[in-house]
Amino acid sequence: MEALTRIASAGARAAAAAGEFTAAEAKANAAAQMAGLAYGLAAIGPGVGIGMIFGKAIEAMARQPESAGMVRTTMFLGVAFTEALALIGFVAFILLKFA
Amino acid sequence: MKSDDPRMVSVLSMHDQGPAPEAQIVRDLVRRGAMAAPVLVGASAIGWGADGAWSAGYGLALVLANFALNAWVVSVTARISYAMLMGATLFGYLIRLALVSAAVYVVRDLPWVELVPMCLALVVAHVGLLFWELRYVSLSLAFPGLKPAATATDADPSHAD
Repeated sequence: MEALTRIASAGARAAAAAGEFTAAEAKANAAAQMAGLAYGLAAIGPGVGIGMIFGKAIEAMARQPESAGMVRTTMFLGVAFTEALALIGFVAFILLKFA
Repeated sequence: MKSDDPRMVSVLSMHDQGPAPEAQIVRDLVRRGAMAAPVLVGASAIGWGADGAWSAGYGLALVLANFALNAWVVSVTARISYAMLMGATLFGYLIRLALVSAAVYVVRDLPWVELVPMCLALVVAHVGLLFWELRYVSLSLAFPGLKPAATATDADPSHAD
């Protein structure tokens, strides 16, 4: 991530040096790019996590249908907790890009 | 596993016909969200004024709508088939994330919107309500007799006769 930040900063400095943007605009563009990247990366982990949770829950319900209620309860809460990670990534994106 | 064995049932054709626990969880979450709303909105009003209060309320409403949509998708698709449940929830995750993003993106330039309290409300309400609910659910799973709906005969089998 640090390397990506360096690359984005170097790109911003190069664009500013070429006179395409002011330094402030170049910095804002770099921040927006990094925010988008962070949002995308933050959505990957929860996607994998939710897939694993649902896969295991369906396996458990298929093996023991009588415990489906308990499995679905814990599955729903687990998925909601996993989604919180994506939500935090989204919040970081919004705050970096627009605030 | 032999696929031609008549005793074997494919998970693709299995479905759940019992009551949907997600609906109960979301009802609890909404009730607790209503209890927590004055604190969240009040704290935002102190920090960011009336705009902050409106924004925090909007963030809280988004969180509760997100929970409700997720519960509705799970409870409907679980009655169709587990395969449908898997597909709908994975795509539903992407769609709900896009809906939350769109809901914030659309209002971001409106005069009553303060992004910081809205984003704080999104995260704090989501995680806080889940921890609150988790505490109740883990208690009721460990000690089913503590469920409010349980009668005296359920809790104590000696009263059954």
